[in-house]
This record gives sequence, structure tokens and C-alpha cells, in this order.
Amino acid sequence: MDKDGLLNLYRQMQLIRAFEDASAQQYTRAKIGGFLHLYNGQEAVAVGASSALNPDDDVVCNYRDHGWGLVRGSTAREVMAELFGRATGTTGGRGGSMHVANVKHHFWGGYGIVGAHLPLATGLAVAAQYLGTGRITLCSMGDGSTNIGTFHAALNWAKLWNAPIIFMVENNQYAMGTPYEIHSPVPMSRKAASYDMYSEDVDGMDVMAVREALCRVADRARTGQGPSFLNVITYRYRGHSMADPDVQRSKEEINLWKQRDPITSFASNVLLKKGVTTAELEAIDAAVEAEVDDAVKFADASPEPARDTLFNYVYQQPVENMQIDGSLFKPPTLYRNGHAR
Amino acid sequence: MPEITYKEALKRALREEMTRDKNVVIWGEDIVAYAGGGAYGVTTGLAKEFPDRVRDVPIAEEAIVGVALGAAMGGLRPVAEIMTVNFTLVAWDQIVQHVAKVSHMFNGQIKAPMVIRTPNGHGRTAATHSQNFDGWFAHVPGLKVVVPATPYDAKGLLKSAIRDDDPVVVLESINLYATKGEVPDAEYIVPIGVSDYKRRGSAVTIVSWGRMLVESLKAAELLSKEGIELEVVDLRSLRPLDLSLALESVRQTHRIIVVEEQMRTVGMGAEIAASIQEMAFNDLDAPVARVSGLDVPMPYARNLERATLPYAETVVEAVKAMIQKQY
Ligand SMILES: Cc1ncc(C[n+]2csc(CCOP(=O)(O)OP(=O)(O)O)c2C)c(N)n1
Ligand SMILES: [Mg+2]
Repeated sequence: MDKDGLLNLYRQMQLIRAFEDASAQQYTRAKIGGFLHLYNGQEAVAVGASSALNPDDDVVCNYRDHGWGLVRGSTAREVMAELFGRATGTTGGRGGSMHVANVKHHFWGGYGIVGAHLPLATGLAVAAQYLGTGRITLCSMGDGSTNIGTFHAALNWAKLWNAPIIFMVENNQYAMGTPYEIHSPVPMSRKAASYDMYSEDVDGMDVMAVREALCRVADRARTGQGPSFLNVITYRYRGHSMADPDVQRSKEEINLWKQRDPITSFASNVLLKKGVTTAELEAIDAAVEAEVDDAVKFADASPEPARDTLFNYVYQQPVENMQIDGSLFKPPTLYRNGHAR
Repeated sequence: MPEITYKEALKRALREEMTRDKNVVIWGEDIVAYAGGGAYGVTTGLAKEFPDRVRDVPIAEEAIVGVALGAAMGGLRPVAEIMTVNFTLVAWDQIVQHVAKVSHMFNGQIKAPMVIRTPNGHGRTAATHSQNFDGWFAHVPGLKVVVPATPYDAKGLLKSAIRDDDPVVVLESINLYATKGEVPDAEYIVPIGVSDYKRRGSAVTIVSWGRMLVESLKAAELLSKEGIELEVVDLRSLRPLDLSLALESVRQTHRIIVVEEQMRTVGMGAEIAASIQEMAFNDLDAPVARVSGLDVPMPYARNLERATLPYAETVVEAVKAMIQKQY
């Protein structure tokens, strides 16, 4: 990878970090509601993985999705506006933090039901295989999702049909507050082994290691060698969500992982050694701070979605005879989806 | 016009749509190898005609629906067969949380043109295998739900379902697979969300669908001999719910009974009755009545199974009671 490419990895990780810090701040100011799952500490995973894919490959992930949104085609403005529930957000304020999506760029969204997106991701890969598009699917998930039925059903099916898909566990070693040893009886890689699936353990704090692993398995998927499994060991610095007081993990443990921070370690171990200057990095840091500040201002100034768009896209095609209005004594209302009534 | 079975009508719909559009695929348990294709034989022979497109899949309903959803998002038009409606519960999260919601929640960016076909009903198979889930599916915005009662409608509605850009659940009446009816050889479709008069009359309006529509028509024959002419409206779809003919009819007959197979409490009949009285209160000479299944897990014993379900005779009794009672 050339210098610009490397700097871009750095920039993307810093953008996510700054974005998440700003999100946390806006959450405490009640600009953001509901659940807010932050990605601090895991930046190298989305950034490294995404850098190994083609721009039109299909990506699906769980609700910890802001970083994915930012690296798969959406601007900080659009993602922040979604968190604010505004019309200018990635889904116009429909999905919120957990459901960022940008389908034009083949980012099919974050999904809030643990493990539920694995069959869906398999289906995307099966469709690409059937249609001969040459695209592959990257399905990211948490370690906690490897125990639910859909995980096993999806891996089984993907292997059976040799689907061009990568199942990538972002193994931050906790499912909410439950540590890996408490939720899983076997090492992660054994779970893939039961489906005879190619698998690797990857250092998720090292953006280049993630990238290289992804390059290997993406190549397998593209050359008809079927699905792969990646166990990417990482760590989240913050609680599960902003609602989590994070009392179950020790400060020592968190600090230990922070010493291996994916951004600073990439800067010192790779960038500075390749002759990048501190000044160059500081310029990037300043630029992403400004980008995030601007995103917050943009989100705050954006309008809420209009009331009369509420029923848009319940169906893609116009639907008649649908009762949509809860009020009494009205005949079933005619409405057209995709358009205001 | 030639007469064919409900089952054959469904198969013809599948064959025609697969011939028309190569992105239509059928995935289900035991639809290829088992018994020549399909536990109930709807897909028998299709795998030979469309070898790579009709495929057996693992027993994992959550994956059948979920993989079909992803494939639909990715450009295919999958028809997912769930062996019977009972097993849709395993896929309930996929159906309710994902299939039904991706379009709206992602603000129209995602479309899911897929069909879930499944036999709905009973057959001496006891509590876990004899059920009707009409209302459960109809409760979910984002799904379309069709409930054909005749071979003609079965074929036409399934073809519409496959062409629809939204997910459609086709609830096939397991008890109607062998029934026969006229189906033209020429191409046609039946639009989703449009009800139909299946019999004209002036005494009482019956609103029904699926197996109970057929029972209601039998009841109409019986009552006709006594000079009581029922008007029978076939809803054909439960979502979107077209009550226009039911309302038109009750404005003439002033009496209306909803006839449903499923359990009564919080069922489709409750929804329809509430809507009718909201919209046609002044036209009613009697409260809107319901004929429904009983609120009890289905027993195996023949007599007890029969006791939980409505039949033509149940409808006849209800009509007579309604006519005789003074309000
Ligand atoms: C089916 C289901 N059960 C429970 C939850 C509540 N829940 C949300 S996130 C979560 C933990 C998941 O952990 P993991 O898969 O490791 O992902 P991470 O949050 O670490 O990214 C739980 C239990 C849910 N969303 N879905
Ligand atoms: Mg986790």
C-alpha cells in the first residue's frame, strides 16, 4: 500500500474515533436518543477490512455500525444526522444509530437483532453467486452472536452452497457484560471448524493485519473457494452502549488494551517509520475534528422527517385499501407509498 | 374451462413465473428429493424442469426465510417454501423483524421481492401441527398476506405475489389442495388486496377467505334450499384488507357474519367486525357476528378436532340465529 493509502487508513480510524467521541457527547446532551453503541477501540477492524474490499462488495454488520457507515460510503454529516433522527440522515431518521445503511454503496445496514443478519448476508452472497456479479459479501458480527441459531444455520448453508461470503467476528470478548468464557464453551475457531470452513485468528488492534487477512479470504471468495471465517480479536473501550455503566470490566484490563491502541500503534509502528511526519498526522487529526464538528452542526440544523412521510416505504409499490389511520369512523384510507398522501 | 386442483393451480403459477423470469428460484425443505418433490406435492416435478433453481435446503426455517430475504435484496425473486405454517414460528424473527421491516426502516433503500408459501390448516396432526395463523401474519405492516380459496385465485394470487416488489405471504389452505375449480389456460393474474363476490344474495352477508370461504359457499347452498340467499364476499387478501365489497354488501343486507377458521380471540374476525361497525353502524340491523375456531390447542382425536373448527353447518346455524333474533 502506498503512502496515501496508509494515510487514508489513519484518517478513517481517526474520523471514527472523533465521530464516536462527539456522538457520546451529543448523547449526554440528549441530542441522540435510545441506544448508542460506540466503536472506540475497534476502529482497525472496519477500516482494515473495508480497505481490502472492492467498493461495490456487499457489507452487512450489527448495530455497532457508525464506523462501517463511515467507511462504506456515507459522510460524517449523514451518519450524525441519522443519530439525531433527522431527515438528512442515512435512512432519513427511520433507523437511527443501530440501522445506518447506504445501499447505493452496497452497505446493506446495521441490524439490531443479534445474529439475525447472518442468513440475510448469506442470501446476498447467494444472489451474487447466482447472478454472476463477482461481488462478495462481508458479514461482520459480534462474538455474542456466535451462539444463536442463525449463526449456525447461516454458516451451514453458506458452506453447503459454497457462497462467496466472509463471516467476520469482531471479537471484542464481551457480549454486553458477559465475557467470552461465560458465553462460549469452545475457542472461536472451533465454531467454524464444525462447518469445515477456512478460518483465521486475526489481531484486530492491527489495521494492517486485518487488511491482509481480509485480502486472503476475499481472494478465496472471489475465486470460488467459498466462505471463510475470521476471528478478529479486538476490544471496545467504552461500555456496551451509552446505557452501560461498564462496571464488570476492570480499569486495568481496559488500560492494558488501550496500550495497544490501533490508531497510535499504527502511527508509531508503521507511519512514522515510513517517513510520515508528525505534522502530517496532526493535520489529519485537525481535519477530522473539523469534519466531525461540522457534522454535528449539520445534524443539529437539519429538519426532522416530515410527519407525512411516516408511511412511506412500508411498501415499495402503491398499496390501496390499507388501514393506516387509527382514528375512529374513517373508511380505509387510500395511500400511495413512496409518496406523501 | 378446464378444471384443475388448487395444488395444480399453484404449481402452474410457479412454472409460469419461473419460465417468465429466470431470477425466480424456489427453496424449501424436501421439495426436490422427497417423494418426487414436496411434502404436499405442490412442487412435484419442478426441480426436473428447473434443476438449479428449485433446491432442497437444510431444516432451518430462520435461514430459509433469511437467506431468501438477502437474495431478494440482492436481486433474486425467491419463493421460500415453509413445509407447513407451524414451522414459520421458527422463522418469526426473520419474518416480522426483517422481511417486513427492511423497506420502511431503511427508508426505501432496500426492497425485498420475495414470497413465503406455506400450507395453513389442520389434518389430524394435533396441537403443534394443526393451526391457522391468518391473523398473526396479517398483523404485520410491511407484509402482504393472501389467502386463496379457489384454484383460480390460488394461481392468480401466487403469480401476483411473485411479481410483487414487496414480500408476500401466501397462506395456502392445506385442506383445499385437492379441491377442483375452473382455471383458464390463458395467462391471468389476480391482484393482491382486492376482494371478490363469490355468491350474490340479499339475506345475510358472509365475509370469509381460505377454507372457510368454501364452507360458507356450502352453507349458502344448504340455506338456499330454505329460501335464504347468502351474499358471500371472499377477501382473498388479509393485508391489504379490502373491505369495500363487505361494506357495499352490508348496506344492502344489513346483516353480516365474519367466518374464519382461526381462533376467535384477537383474530381477523375481531378486526373486521370492529371496522364494519365503525364504518357501517347505521346500516346494521344486528351486531356483526363471528363464526370462528375455538380458543384451544388442537387435539388429535377426530371428534375433538372437529369440535374446535367451524364447518358449513356452523355457518348455517349462525345465519339462522341471526335472522331469527330480534334486535
Ligand atoms: C436476539 C437478541 N437478543 C438479545 C439482544 C440484546 N443485546 C443487544 S447487543 C447484545 C450483546 C451482543 O454482543 P456481541 O454479539 O458480542 O456484539 P458487540 O455488542 O460486542 O458488538 C445483546 C445481548 C438482542 N439485540 N438480540
Ligand atoms: Mg462482543
